[in-house]
Amino acid sequence: MADSAAHPRWLQHHFTSAGQQRESAKLGMWIFLVTEILFFGGLFCAYAIYHAWNPDIFHEAHKALDWRLGGLNTLVLITSSLTMALAIRSLQVNKAKLANGYLWATILLALTFMVIKYFEYAHKFHVGQLPGKYYTYTGIEGTSPHIFFSLYFMMTGLHGLHVMIGIGVILWLIIRNRRGDFSNAYYNPVEMTGLYWHLVDLIWIYLFPLFYLVG
Amino acid sequence: MSNAATHTEPLRSNLAVPDQIDEKTGLPRENYIQDGGKGLKSWLLTMDHKRIAILYLITVVAAFFVGGIMALLIRLELFLPDEQFFNADQYNQLFTLHGAIMIFLFIIPSIPAILGNFVLPLQIGAKDVAFPKLNLASWYVYMLGAGITLISIFTSAADTGWTFYTPYSSSTSTSVIPMTMGVFVLGFSSIFTGLNFIVTVHKLRAPGLTWFKMPLMVWGLYATAIIQVLATPVLGITVLLLTLERAFGIGIFDPAMGGDPVLYQHFFWFYSHPAVYIMILPGMGIMSDLIATFSHRKIFGYKFVAFSSLAIALVSFLVWGHHMFTSGQSEIAVMIFSFLTFMVGIPSAIKVFNWTTTLYKGSISFAVPMLYALGFLFLFTIGGLTGIVIGALSLDIHLHDTYFIVAHFHYVMVGGTVMALIGGLYYWWPKIWGRMYSRTLGVFAFLLVFVGFNMTFFTQFILGARGMPRRYFTYVEQFQPLHAFSSSGAMVMGLGFLLVAINLWWAIKHGKPAGSNPWGALTLEWTECTSPPIPHNFKETPKIEYGAYEYDRVIPTMEKQG
Repeated sequence: MADSAAHPRWLQHHFTSAGQQRESAKLGMWIFLVTEILFFGGLFCAYAIYHAWNPDIFHEAHKALDWRLGGLNTLVLITSSLTMALAIRSLQVNKAKLANGYLWATILLALTFMVIKYFEYAHKFHVGQLPGKYYTYTGIEGTSPHIFFSLYFMMTGLHGLHVMIGIGVILWLIIRNRRGDFSNAYYNPVEMTGLYWHLVDLIWIYLFPLFYLVG
Repeated sequence: MSNAATHTEPLRSNLAVPDQIDEKTGLPRENYIQDGGKGLKSWLLTMDHKRIAILYLITVVAAFFVGGIMALLIRLELFLPDEQFFNADQYNQLFTLHGAIMIFLFIIPSIPAILGNFVLPLQIGAKDVAFPKLNLASWYVYMLGAGITLISIFTSAADTGWTFYTPYSSSTSTSVIPMTMGVFVLGFSSIFTGLNFIVTVHKLRAPGLTWFKMPLMVWGLYATAIIQVLATPVLGITVLLLTLERAFGIGIFDPAMGGDPVLYQHFFWFYSHPAVYIMILPGMGIMSDLIATFSHRKIFGYKFVAFSSLAIALVSFLVWGHHMFTSGQSEIAVMIFSFLTFMVGIPSAIKVFNWTTTLYKGSISFAVPMLYALGFLFLFTIGGLTGIVIGALSLDIHLHDTYFIVAHFHYVMVGGTVMALIGGLYYWWPKIWGRMYSRTLGVFAFLLVFVGFNMTFFTQFILGARGMPRRYFTYVEQFQPLHAFSSSGAMVMGLGFLLVAINLWWAIKHGKPAGSNPWGALTLEWTECTSPPIPHNFKETPKIEYGAYEYDRVIPTMEKQG
């Protein structure tokens, strides 16, 4: 396809204008975020039900989590959301190099989050605070404390998976940006990934109080 | 027709002039079948929504015949009361596979992914769907999901029924995990299609095509897409939880570990009831197009038909509890669910009445697609009204898990969706391939399907009301004549489907060139596109001046050439 001002390379053939392409991408991304919320929604629903049935167990079990590590991770993720937003801003003012710097910073923060998560998981594996039938810990009173850890591992695990996928996608953005794909005329993929990244952040902002501060 | 009717010429440049017709084939020289690239690779890597529709057509129809053969085997076993060909375990696996294949591999993707993919961009004057790559990805995800499901068939097929109820599904020795993971993956395919359609309808309509000028097929697909996007993720997380329950014993659905198996049922039906409308709503969209086109009359109550699709989509999320009247919900919950279930009847009835009124004083032509539309009108109404019967609490306690339920949902799914699908295939076949099938064989096959279907399933209403429970592979002597009659009907219906396939298959190569608008329809795919369409659908983006069914204002140009 000819690379001209009227029809630049990044404009797909079935769109009539850059505006139409951008609006379509945005709407598509928001719908995708809705599906993500419903996906997690099932788990939040399960959490609400089991918490309502076993408030005491949830209170006792939450003490096994370290709110300082959770709080630190919250800060890390919120900061990564900021660097992501700054990356988009940099492209808007046509500073592609700076944008890549911010994207690297986002990845670094995401990795920090995962490392902290790793230490938290490793500790729980070690003492046997595991989901369902693998639960062997004896330090918590009550009939079925493993339910709390089933939910904890599923929800934070699924969230962690989303963080990893985010890291992969941002890496892909960095490669494309180095190739010179993005400018202030076209940065749709970065903006859409930004929306995704903020949702991942937002879900953690709900997970943190539900598990670490529930008492 | 009234005197006020005017004759509006379509954009002539979009249709093939005689010298653009290939003399040997009788089809337009430029079309998406020949010009989108040659060879298998050009099909497997295509971004063209029309070619992706063909990919889906092949795989989804294959799934239909696999599921259909299983249905025939089930009916064969039930011909006589005692054990015949299969033992109890094999029978359980058979009906599970029949249900799972028909639901997840056939009926959910059927109309949206085949016909929706093909006609949606054409009907709104777009060159493609909003995200062509995602569209192709949805097909590959579908194939991956189908492949994973096949693992279950070839290891030891799941025997849980297509609903995978816990606690049985977390304890049975058959291979449930491949099945649930297959369903999980297939869900993404469905979400991709739905997401694509919503954005396409919002952002890619041709200039002048306002919401209320859109064909009702588009409204049907739009409402379907909303449900696909909102409900499917919940199924995803449900089967994921079930998989983890089986694999790691997380205890969420296990009462011995403080979990709740009924929660599984709630989660499952929160998706699977709306999924019923994923299956029927696009069929209703096809119905509106068929009824209006073949009555040559403006559809009665356009806005009511359009909004009733959205109303069905909305109410569909509020009625899941009616699958669980006997599972021990609170009395107040079952009463609310029962009441809300009756509400679904209202938008459905609005559609049926509007279609019927459209027929009134129309000039009806009994083309093959129209026969299926009329068949749908009869069968769906029976399916819908019996749905009201089992939505009533007192009756459902009696009829729950009997053949009455089986008959009811087959009337809606086969009598509704499959009828609409076949009607739609017959309707758009000349557009897809540029060639016409045999009308005689089409009518004959319709009669076989219609008669065979009623023999099979009307009988099951009677069986169910007399107390024949579903999913049993043997039964008491007194049910034998009815079961034998039902099984005979299934064979007739199976033969009918086979003839439909043969007729359509034959037409691809040997049918007469159909022309761009053989039905005299007013929607864009007929008035502005050649048959088959060119790779980018329209040479010039059409400008829309009249609505999809304004037969009172416009006399369509019947175009038998090109």
